[in-house]
Amino acid sequence: MKLTDVVQFAAASLRGNPARTGLMILAMSIGVAAVVILTGLGEGARRYVINQFSSLGTNLVIVFPGRTETAGIGPGMLLGQIPRELSLDDAEALLKSRAVSRIAPLTIGSSQISKDAKNREVIVLGSTSSLLDVRHMTLASGQFLPPGNVHASESVCVLGAKINRELFGNTSGVGNWVRLGDRRFRVSGIMTSQGESMGFNTDEIVIVPVASAHMLFNTSGLFRILVEAKSRDQIAQAKIETESILFARHGGEKDVTVVTQDAVLATFDRILRALTMAVGGIAAISLAVAGILIMNVMLIAVSQRVKEIGLLKALGAPSAQIRTLFFTEAVLLSGIGSIAGLIMGEAGVLFIGRLYPSLPVAAPWWAVLAAIFTSLGTGILFSVWPARRAAQLDPVTALAGR
Amino acid sequence: MIQFEKVTRSFQVGDQQVAALRNIDLSIAAGDYVSIMGPSGSGKSTLLNLLGLLDRPTSGIYRLDGGNVTDLNDEQQARVRSEKIGFVFQSFHLVPRLTAAMNIELPLILAGIPLQERRTRVEELLKNYGLIDRADHRPDQLSGGQRQRVAIARATSMRPSVLLADEPTGNLDQTTGREVINLLEQLTEQNVTLILVTHDPALGERASRQLHMVDGQIVNESH
Repeated sequence: MKLTDVVQFAAASLRGNPARTGLMILAMSIGVAAVVILTGLGEGARRYVINQFSSLGTNLVIVFPGRTETAGIGPGMLLGQIPRELSLDDAEALLKSRAVSRIAPLTIGSSQISKDAKNREVIVLGSTSSLLDVRHMTLASGQFLPPGNVHASESVCVLGAKINRELFGNTSGVGNWVRLGDRRFRVSGIMTSQGESMGFNTDEIVIVPVASAHMLFNTSGLFRILVEAKSRDQIAQAKIETESILFARHGGEKDVTVVTQDAVLATFDRILRALTMAVGGIAAISLAVAGILIMNVMLIAVSQRVKEIGLLKALGAPSAQIRTLFFTEAVLLSGIGSIAGLIMGEAGVLFIGRLYPSLPVAAPWWAVLAAIFTSLGTGILFSVWPARRAAQLDPVTALAGR
Repeated sequence: MIQFEKVTRSFQVGDQQVAALRNIDLSIAAGDYVSIMGPSGSGKSTLLNLLGLLDRPTSGIYRLDGGNVTDLNDEQQARVRSEKIGFVFQSFHLVPRLTAAMNIELPLILAGIPLQERRTRVEELLKNYGLIDRADHRPDQLSGGQRQRVAIARATSMRPSVLLADEPTGNLDQTTGREVINLLEQLTEQNVTLILVTHDPALGERASRQLHMVDGQIVNESH
């Protein structure tokens, strides 16, 4: 029997019972679609987080005050000591490292901002002129913080897009004076609207020189130091040198935490990838269920078509051929089902993408392949038994329909 | 040429062995027209199943066209069925979802005959059996006589040397039954061995050789 004839015969018997065939294809395609959509969502979440992280800057090494990795309780904690602060001079000293291209110290606090009768609470970020490049920010108009001496507490500020809108309406506030706490600042620039990034809305902040922020909040420590390595290859070197410079400056005490952006990214990447796989695995269970359904329906088909099987045997079909015919039917079913499911799944992914444009949903290629192979695999696996049963029927009893 | 040597077929019923056929010795020449008659339970159908290689004897030897087919494996027996044996059943056994033409084509498809040859053979058979205008009808759109004609066309599509008919007129009225018998009898003129199982004596007497069975044995042979 020729392959094309086998396929045609199997297709004809599938067409012979459209309701049954349709339901089986539906079951199979829902399984495949579930895998495609769920892994698409997982992958979308992963890419979203990665994108957010990358928007913070590239080749970054981040320094925090205090050790977060200490095991147990040190004597400092019992005495109520706080870890040594990171100072502006610490930040400046990091530029000695050959692996470091730029640094941006960060201090943070909140204050009242007012212009005439309008006032509101804002988050104030103290930094230097290099923050613009390190954090990949862009200006809508005016200028960023003035370069030069980081210890100079100049009275200039850069407003987030939303703050500017609230204080000055649709006009640019550049050149105007605003009051922050008890000091007056001249607006030198406006940030472009960037929206939320890692839960931090840059549209609703005010950036001032770090020394001014220290005066405003009456502090001297830094919240973070952002260190940009010269290249991707030098990130590790920059981290080591940052640690050793601060170790030396802090009197031989390891009281800072240095993490690389890559390490944080890699961790998120791993977690989210594992999540995607877990979700995909759960969806794959529905594929297995569809496979069992196919087995069930094929078994029913075998018992419904006992007479036909007997006839085929009488007409000279050997057992192997009958096995092949039923097997082909199942393969066709799961094949059509997985293609239909793929179309449904991709359509679903497209729809979700339209609904949430900020979420970059797309099923990863490995999940799509896995879904197709799982559905074909279960279809084939679960049809082996029904096909064998059909092939082993005794022709005399089969013809009698018993 | 069919030869049975001391063929016995017994079935296990409960803890008893029941013999459906006992020590049958039989020889049928090519082109013979043989009817098998007898009451139900006499072993007619069992004999027919053995002749058609649908069943295996418990003991004894079956030779078909000189070759021993008793000990062939499943696949070899299927091939013998495909090439040498045609079946016509009382209940037609047409595949309901296939058209008349496709039902006739089925044995050719199973045997792997090339498409071109299949077309010409089916065309010829449809013409011979007056089914040209019924080619695209499914069995449920055909009358009983037409269904049995499709079944006969199917049985002869592989040009078998033996045709086994089990009560071929059992589900037909008198006139259509007569037509069907005529068609079958015409085949014997082409040197096809026709073996007909029936319990209608009027039908059985038309055969050139009549075997009467009782209790799994051939008790009487008339010509």
